Amino acid sequence: MATREPEVSDFLDQRYQHGFYTDIEADTVPPGLNEDVIRLISQRKEEPEWMCEWRLESYRRWLEKPEPDWAHVHYPRVDYQAISYYSAPKSKKDAPKSLDEVDPKLLETYEKLGIPLHERAALAGVAVDAVFDSVSVATTFKEKLAEAGVIFCPISEAIREHPELVRKYLGSVVPQGDNFFASLNSAVFTDGSFVYVPKGVKCPMELSTYFRINAANTGQFERTLIIADEGASVSYLEGCTAPMRDENQLHAAVVELVALDDAKIKYSTVQNWYPGDENGKGGIYNFVTKRGDCRGRNSHISWTQVETGSAITWKYPSCILRGDNSVGEFYSVAVANNYQQADTGTKMIHVGKNTRSTIISKGISAGHGQNAYRGLVKVTGGAANAHNYTQCDSLLMGDQCGAHTFPYIETANHTARVEHEASTSRIGEDQLFYLRSRGLSEEDAVNLVVNGFCKTVFQQLPMEFAVEAGRLLSVTLEGAIG
Amino acid sequence: MTDTLLSIKNLHAGVEDKPILRGIDLDIPPGEVHAIMGPNGSGKSTLSHILAGKPGYTVSEGSVEYRGKDLLGLEPEERAREGLFLALQYPVEIPGVNNVYLLKAGLNALRTHRGEPELDAYEFLKLAREKLKLLDLDDSFLNRGVNEGFSGGEKKRNEILQMLLFEPTLALLDETDSGLDIDALKIVADGVNRLRHPDRSIVLVTHYQRLLDYIEPDKVHVLINGRIVKSGDAELARTLESRGYDWLRAEAA
Repeated sequence: MATREPEVSDFLDQRYQHGFYTDIEADTVPPGLNEDVIRLISQRKEEPEWMCEWRLESYRRWLEKPEPDWAHVHYPRVDYQAISYYSAPKSKKDAPKSLDEVDPKLLETYEKLGIPLHERAALAGVAVDAVFDSVSVATTFKEKLAEAGVIFCPISEAIREHPELVRKYLGSVVPQGDNFFASLNSAVFTDGSFVYVPKGVKCPMELSTYFRINAANTGQFERTLIIADEGASVSYLEGCTAPMRDENQLHAAVVELVALDDAKIKYSTVQNWYPGDENGKGGIYNFVTKRGDCRGRNSHISWTQVETGSAITWKYPSCILRGDNSVGEFYSVAVANNYQQADTGTKMIHVGKNTRSTIISKGISAGHGQNAYRGLVKVTGGAANAHNYTQCDSLLMGDQCGAHTFPYIETANHTARVEHEASTSRIGEDQLFYLRSRGLSEEDAVNLVVNGFCKTVFQQLPMEFAVEAGRLLSVTLEGAIG
Repeated sequence: MTDTLLSIKNLHAGVEDKPILRGIDLDIPPGEVHAIMGPNGSGKSTLSHILAGKPGYTVSEGSVEYRGKDLLGLEPEERAREGLFLALQYPVEIPGVNNVYLLKAGLNALRTHRGEPELDAYEFLKLAREKLKLLDLDDSFLNRGVNEGFSGGEKKRNEILQMLLFEPTLALLDETDSGLDIDALKIVADGVNRLRHPDRSIVLVTHYQRLLDYIEPDKVHVLINGRIVKSGDAELARTLESRGYDWLRAEAA
């Protein structure tokens, strides 16, 4: 962008002072998946017997399922027996020894995103014992959270320390047999976050994986479980704008949210995983199941996502509006540039009376990118006076890309109101000329139009995230025009 | 070398294979207000678009010199930074982008190019409010999306607001008077008159003489079928008002 308030960028840079923890484990399980491997994972994690059984049951469900092929994405078949399901992070031997050995293009991107020098090495996977000053910060945070009674820890710790909560809620939103990738995740997940906010507690700070110690968030099979008890509220930020290299091509995470009576959960994601090179080589497959259950009356779940990375994104953060008067929201910006493919959207399942949902989806396609919105709005028989508003907008940059919209609407209650608006527009020559004729460079003009297009979604993000997201978008779409 | 701000020589241009301008010659000295008049389809808008660098036109012959530079070799943003401003006939909507953001970014791009310090938010707002008042617009105008949901009159006034802020060396107004009621027309004309300055030239592209009742031009040129067929003083505009364009068409043919 041409101008930006200095206060904001100062604040941004501060964010990046907080690093993440890199767990260096020595052992690796040989590639392949069978019941023995699952028992081994469970054992390594020092899990109770019930957890091991739960994993095995998930594995058996997975074996019965075919891999889904209905999404508007194309990729070579994944060999699930070639993956190691419990492995240490990338071996130090093969890692670059210093920043000099890192792809200069990657470093350039870090520069543009304003990532401090001392963090670039860690993000690029340089084999140094990265030292961050995050411990003291995290400790302060932990104390504050503990005071409020909020539990925020790695899920493996929660399984050991809070088994009653985990047993009650794990798999209660995304069951073990839900879909191919969710079953696989349930069988083999090794890390992720656990959050429990007790009755009536408003979580005193935004929870971010940044501040989570002992749990790097790039796990291949991440599992997140967030519970807001009656009258509680919490805002959770996932991801980071810095592009991260990862040797694991397949990522299949599961996120479950549970909101009880009068509770509110806001879940924001900025995803910027390696999308592959300009020719579409490499890049991460991101097959994620995210679902929120508005279990209680007047509960509220809001998903906001900015998806700019990954070679393939297959992701539908959804809400089950079970409680009367509950509210579900989905705000999304998805970018597909070069050879990226995104099939993303949401499901809003109206079960309770007077339930409301809002879907705002902004898809940006550039290069050879293919972007699909896929959404389901379902109103069951008992959902009297349910109301949904859906708006799907697509922006095309260039003439090699594609935008596709697959909206599904099913209503079984005649009092329901379902509204759907959709638009597709090409980034206008006229708009760009207008802005350039006011003195803005072509790049700034493109950024301005794109940011304007995404505004209603960015407004839902916490402030510092919103500014970062804008900057991320401009880096992602650099050179997409002209 | 005469004292000329803009010098157009034998300009031939069109869209794809269709010729629109067929040899335009025009000199505009600093400090003058020129009106370019002509019937629909005569090439008036094409001329102003080509001068501002709008893509989609091909220049097949001729040259345009602006402040001693080859204007046609410059990108649109370079022309803007060199002080050329085009008030568009149909300003474009940019949804979700605050008007104030564009105004400030534009002004600061020009200031940076001129070696002047950028205005901060406070300084800019103070200046913008002054200009808003001149155009009888209130502050809320700044925080709306660029031209988003603006009425025709608001869009035109937004163009004039930009012009007052950017203080161009050469201002081109493409049919700024069309679609304006008489009150809005007076406000716009007043804005233009304020900009009259010995170092600044203004080109009014218009179909009707109406605007020229409020802005007295130094010269009037009549464009028909891609050529300037007659030039004169303000009196020519009044003649056109009473006699129309047909007598000139006959002369040109």
